[in-house]
Amino acid sequence: MGQRFSRALWARKGTVSMDNMRVLIVDDSSVMRKIVERSLRQAGINIAQVLEAGNGAEALSVLNQEKVHLILCDINMPVMDGLEFVKQLSSVENAKAVPVVMITTESSEGHVVQALTAGARGYIRKPFTADQVKEHILPLLA
Amino acid sequence: MKPLSAMTANLDKGDCESWGPVLTLAAREVFETMLGSVLEPGPTSFAGEELDITSMVGLAGQIRGVVTLRCATNSATLIAAKMLGVETAAAGPQMCDAVGEVCNMIAGNFKNKINGMGDGCMLSVPTIITGADYLLRALTESSRIDVNLMFEGFPLIVSLEIHF
Repeated sequence: MGQRFSRALWARKGTVSMDNMRVLIVDDSSVMRKIVERSLRQAGINIAQVLEAGNGAEALSVLNQEKVHLILCDINMPVMDGLEFVKQLSSVENAKAVPVVMITTESSEGHVVQALTAGARGYIRKPFTADQVKEHILPLLA
Repeated sequence: MKPLSAMTANLDKGDCESWGPVLTLAAREVFETMLGSVLEPGPTSFAGEELDITSMVGLAGQIRGVVTLRCATNSATLIAAKMLGVETAAAGPQMCDAVGEVCNMIAGNFKNKINGMGDGCMLSVPTIITGADYLLRALTESSRIDVNLMFEGFPLIVSLEIHF
């Protein structure tokens, strides 16, 4: 993973540039998936392709076929929630090293601990700003 | 004086009538952050207004109840448009999804402001009702807080119903 991200660099306008960066956004709300994508772009993160999934099970299915560099995931979702998804991600050879950042309304200390223990690398609370996205995502791409 | 953003309340069912300002703040923060809109206080009654879009998010655990957001179709479309950054003409199909997500964020933001409620209370996924002619009945004793607000000149009601 480190090698893949080593090509990330700051451009003059503060934009992270990375060839073929692919992001998976997992949220049962299609509106929220679009907002998360827009926030990434507003944060100055260049994305070559955004993949979407409506729940954890769909996300695992996507990851069995596609490689991504970053996963942003809600917690409260039908079928398979975000915590279960993160736990099961370790069994997906393609994706077990990919950083996962939770973006959720569930922001109590207990939820944060559960998510980080399960393997998430970051936690963003809804409602969120593009600056907060930048603050949490950029260290993972450095 | 405590800043508004730091406003919290305690998890005391006997004190839930005082949760109105916290619910108002939770809604204002969501609209300001995600839509760039400032919610203004509304009149004491919206009698005669057709608020035909209702989003509900259930609370379960230490507190049981429902957070509800009610507005008119044109307001719901404007909410979707502002969230997505598109014209209202293109936002109609996303209206219910957008209102559901806003209600979800208000409920989450609210519970995080009630001391001790965060870990002990789970949220349901949102449910949307279209149409204004319905009656919602709780099967247990309950207490209700209604907050009347104005969103870009349109009426909007955020409610919290607590079941004991």
